[in-house]
Amino acid sequence: MTETSAQPEGKSSLYRLDPRTRNRNAAEKRFRLYGILAITVSLLFLAVLLGTIIRNGLPAFQQTFITIPVLLDEEKLDKNGNRDPADLAKVTTFKYGPMIDEALEANVTSLGIETPFKKAKELSAILSANAASQVRDFVLADPGRIGTTVEFRLLASSRVDGYLKGRVTRDSVARDKSIDAEHLDLVDALRAEGVISKGFNLSFVTGADASESRPEQAGIGVAMLGSFFMMLVVLALSLPIGVAASIYLEEFASKNRFNDLIEVNISNLAAVPSIVFGILGLAVFIQFAHLPQSAPLVGGLVLTLMTLPTIIISTRASLKAVPPSIRDAALGVGASKMQSVFHHVLPLAMPGILTGTIIGLAQALGETAPLLLIGMVGYIASNYPAGIAEGFLNPNSAMPAQIYEWAKRADPAYYERAWGGIIILLLFLMAMNIIAILLRRKFERRW
Amino acid sequence: MSATWLLVLLIAISATGYGLGRARAMASAGGNARQLHSLPRYYGLNVLMTVLAPGLLVLLAWLLIQPMVAGNRAASLIPDSAFADRGALNLMMSDVRRIADGLDTAVGQGRLTDAESRNLDAGGDIRGLLGEAGVALGSDVNATVLAAAQRYRAVTSTGQLWMTIAVLAFALAGLAYSYLRTDKTLRARNLVERGLLSLLVAAASIAILTTLGIVLSLIFNTFEFFRLYPAWDFFTSLTWSPSFGGGSQLGILPLLWGTLYISLIALAVAVPIGLFAAIYLSEYATRRVRSIVKPLLEVLAGIPTIVYGLFALLTIGPLLVEIFGAGGLLGLGWMKGGTAVMTAGLVMGVMLIPFVSSLSDDIINAVPQAMRDGSYGLGATQSETVRQVVLPAALPGIVGAILLAASRAIGETMIVVLGAGAAAKLSVNPFEAMTTVTAKIVSQLTGDADFASPEALVAFALGMTLFVITLGLNIFALYIVRRYREQYE
Repeated sequence: MTETSAQPEGKSSLYRLDPRTRNRNAAEKRFRLYGILAITVSLLFLAVLLGTIIRNGLPAFQQTFITIPVLLDEEKLDKNGNRDPADLAKVTTFKYGPMIDEALEANVTSLGIETPFKKAKELSAILSANAASQVRDFVLADPGRIGTTVEFRLLASSRVDGYLKGRVTRDSVARDKSIDAEHLDLVDALRAEGVISKGFNLSFVTGADASESRPEQAGIGVAMLGSFFMMLVVLALSLPIGVAASIYLEEFASKNRFNDLIEVNISNLAAVPSIVFGILGLAVFIQFAHLPQSAPLVGGLVLTLMTLPTIIISTRASLKAVPPSIRDAALGVGASKMQSVFHHVLPLAMPGILTGTIIGLAQALGETAPLLLIGMVGYIASNYPAGIAEGFLNPNSAMPAQIYEWAKRADPAYYERAWGGIIILLLFLMAMNIIAILLRRKFERRW
Repeated sequence: MSATWLLVLLIAISATGYGLGRARAMASAGGNARQLHSLPRYYGLNVLMTVLAPGLLVLLAWLLIQPMVAGNRAASLIPDSAFADRGALNLMMSDVRRIADGLDTAVGQGRLTDAESRNLDAGGDIRGLLGEAGVALGSDVNATVLAAAQRYRAVTSTGQLWMTIAVLAFALAGLAYSYLRTDKTLRARNLVERGLLSLLVAAASIAILTTLGIVLSLIFNTFEFFRLYPAWDFFTSLTWSPSFGGGSQLGILPLLWGTLYISLIALAVAVPIGLFAAIYLSEYATRRVRSIVKPLLEVLAGIPTIVYGLFALLTIGPLLVEIFGAGGLLGLGWMKGGTAVMTAGLVMGVMLIPFVSSLSDDIINAVPQAMRDGSYGLGATQSETVRQVVLPAALPGIVGAILLAASRAIGETMIVVLGAGAAAKLSVNPFEAMTTVTAKIVSQLTGDADFASPEALVAFALGMTLFVITLGLNIFALYIVRRYREQYE
């Protein structure tokens, strides 16, 4: 092409750009910059989001413990001296509390730490309210140890835990009724002696939720089981139903009104807000069918209905990817249409179907809104389900619902738990997605 | 016989039927499978199918209908004077069911004999008794409720007897019918495949049933709500102040305003960023950059909304207060608390970026390369091509993508529940806390409110509104996308 530009003055040359071209090139550069900027901003958001989660959530996996020897006083725990489990069970945690406080005081004095506290009870602010039941459980499990001195690793109170993690400062303690600056002095001293230390907090991963006032004790384990039972329901229902529906629509459905109606419904359901599925679950499963409220079974049913469109859409895509020649060959050697689908097309499409199902399950695992309506929030998941049937039918929470529950509580110590819960939830999602990707890499066939 | 055992029995009968059918077919062919019309297993499956299908259908129908019948019969024992309105009756009926179940449990645990359980006296400590059996009751049992519970148990136990008889009769009739028909000339495979096909159709119909369930449960409860609260006030009132004691004002307008305002901010964030990201990725980026950036953007889409909600509540909210709040960086004092329209909108915008970008990416890629080449041939730069050729060609698809994103934003729940606040307000200040339709659905339906009060039922009317708006947006978006597709193929 020749350089016959529409410039009024013919002064431009190949070596010197005229102002118009310069403007156009600048506009080009700007445009490209906007694109880079947009991508940078979104990646920055991602980085900030992940960074925030990790920074705020990792402390939840650490917990402050107080290691002290406690004398299991026979006078207090077993007045009759007969070690009868029924008698021992009658002694409540109120008896254990003062005993532990005294043990702590004795420990403090023996280490030569000066405190302004006069009574042992004043020391209890640095111990978790859970410490008493911790010791009680130990005694009930092993009554033979009564009368001896046993070293316990007791939970510190959430304020002390926060102090060690930097969440609670001396400024904030001034406005706090449950702990004083003197307690923090004591904590510093005990920490120097190695009595108070931070350690890995397994009970956060495996433990049960706790009441509002004991964030140091709360764990996500029970909610994890709730999520697990829900996912079992979702998998057991959505995979067969989704595959059957896709096979019908992709392989057998002729073009008629009824099949069009199904297609329209599926594409619309895929875009219905998840909260509407919660309303459906509440009205149909709980109000109408009287299924138990807060049960993982109901949660699983609702999430099944929600993930079905996703699974159907991806299953149909993988069925469509199987070339027609496979079907023709099967029909050619005398298979029926049904046999060609079930013996040949379906096995070939299986990797794609499984990938889609795993991604659908991951979506269901992170979904919260419908669970709020069927009562899986506000329920304190403090007990492990006793068996398989109870796992499906008894009230439980689920991981995202548990995180929401923690985020709503007033004590900032629970925010740390919520972030920690998110780390666990994201680990599960990541694992599922990685499995899906690996499956696709390994088994995907291109014809 | 309980439903579980009945199911086990059904499976056992059908398994026997499989063996019988297969054996009979083989016998009729003189042991030579090549004489049969179908493979031997199809004869077995045919019998299995004719046992299971009627048996399961009867069982299912019975299980659905029986509680309703028993409930009605029991409710007819409660005099009209014993309850004030439908809600009170519902509460009483749930007590009746609990007591009936509890008595059955107690008998099952051997705490009571069957006769004792039938002759209980309302004056006795039934509550304590059931408590021991592991069924907690909210209040003491009065005579009416106990009588209703006994009627419920009676109807249920006769019902269960008849259910067992009916299910077994149907199953055995099916067994006999198909067993007698089994012969070497029977086209067993065709029968089995027809049965399988109806199973596939049933699975596909679940989509219709789900939609039907959604629509019915919304409509039914919405009408119930409009009987208690005037529809005109619901759609036009400017105040939202529910109080469970009565005298609430339930106007949807403040909620709709909050919803739209937050969605608008979210789209203002997501559309430019998502669109430019899509343009860059599809027109400029090298294959390598694309293969790294695209999955990273999709990570944003895979993060659950609860995470975004927490991010809004605990990170973005306080950050915005530090900038726009009183004594903040700018010293403006616009923002009072962390939860605000801006907080929720910004975070929701981030959530929608991958949604907008991946949809627009597909659409931009679908524009034929010939159009770009033509534009370059005329001397246009790349950005001029994008702006003047590619974008106009892709515009209907992009509008569709934006509408879909808007529908997602309107229906989003967790971010607004945690990030937007709870006060329903009509204000133009984006730094003020407002609330949305979805957030109010959650707050009106969680807790132990009974479903008969207008304050709880309003959630269904809100859900209906939400459903209609998002459905309308989706259909409109699909309509636009479909028209666009016809232009180039």
